[in-house]
Amino acid sequence: MGLLDNKFEHGGIVIAKVDDLLNWARLSSLWPMGFGIACCAIEMMSTYASGYDLDRFGVFPRPSPRQSDVIIIAGTVTFKMADRIKRLYEQMPEPRYVISMGSCSNCGGPYWQHGYHVVKGVDRVIPVDVYVPGCPPRPEALIGGFLKLQEKIRNESLVEPKAIDKFMNQKLLA
Amino acid sequence: MTFAEIKNLLVEKFGSEVIVKEIIEGLQPQLQIKTELIAKVCKELLENPSTYFDFLSCITGVDNGPQAATMQVVYNLYSIPYNHHIALKVEFARNKEGEPLPTVPSVTSVWKTADWHERETYDFFGIVFEGHPDLRRILLPADWQGYPLRKDYKEQDYYHGIKVEY
Repeated sequence: MGLLDNKFEHGGIVIAKVDDLLNWARLSSLWPMGFGIACCAIEMMSTYASGYDLDRFGVFPRPSPRQSDVIIIAGTVTFKMADRIKRLYEQMPEPRYVISMGSCSNCGGPYWQHGYHVVKGVDRVIPVDVYVPGCPPRPEALIGGFLKLQEKIRNESLVEPKAIDKFMNQKLLA
Repeated sequence: MTFAEIKNLLVEKFGSEVIVKEIIEGLQPQLQIKTELIAKVCKELLENPSTYFDFLSCITGVDNGPQAATMQVVYNLYSIPYNHHIALKVEFARNKEGEPLPTVPSVTSVWKTADWHERETYDFFGIVFEGHPDLRRILLPADWQGYPLRKDYKEQDYYHGIKVEY
């Protein structure tokens, strides 16, 4: 979430509307970074292309992490690549999201046992929002991942969670 | 040129001790060459007009494990004009822990393409090629520890703070 995240008191109909507006704006133009690592990237490219046309969801690849909302980890993450992925993720402006596409980036995939060079899941490097299973996932599955992410964004709020409030009060009292 | 003809040519030029062993079983006959002479043998095979092996197809490292305590490097040569092949092999002692890495003469002065092949073999097997102009890791990160294709390779617990094991 952005700079205003968790900065407002809860309650108040105006905030609820801002939530809806911001969420709607965010989920309707999820710009991913033009970035692919292995064979999953081929599937990702065909999802962008005219046949599956991700553009109809407002998803259009950007050539720079600074213009991107979401990064699709499409392929095997090696330890050599892990540092670079972390750097790219840190260069993205908030709010930023991560889709882990395919078995390799979910959990190491076929390299889980003997892949001395493979990170066993990109979530060991950066936080993942949506995992898309498959080896590689079909374009429909990636689109499904984007719909899942949209669902997640639709339920986001600028309101601070109550649980943290409670926790903080407890801390002050103690 | 046939395998026997190439062998005779090498014996004539370098003496009989140049060929350590002839390996004729398997799909492709191989000549095991004395390790110290491999670069000279390769140069001869390239420059001799009757062999003219102008293309180094591949360099491969082989680790026979700590039990056998030997390692090998295999050179696959091909001559484009003559359309003939040969496989050369060198065998040498494997280093024990704490000992310096084994060395083999580099063939980069014979074929430029050996540069990256030898870097790869160094990267994965820890075989040092003497006379290589720029011997450093090619595929793994520069700060990687160990040589992964060795039989006794143990993966690290953590790399840059990331857990390696599943």
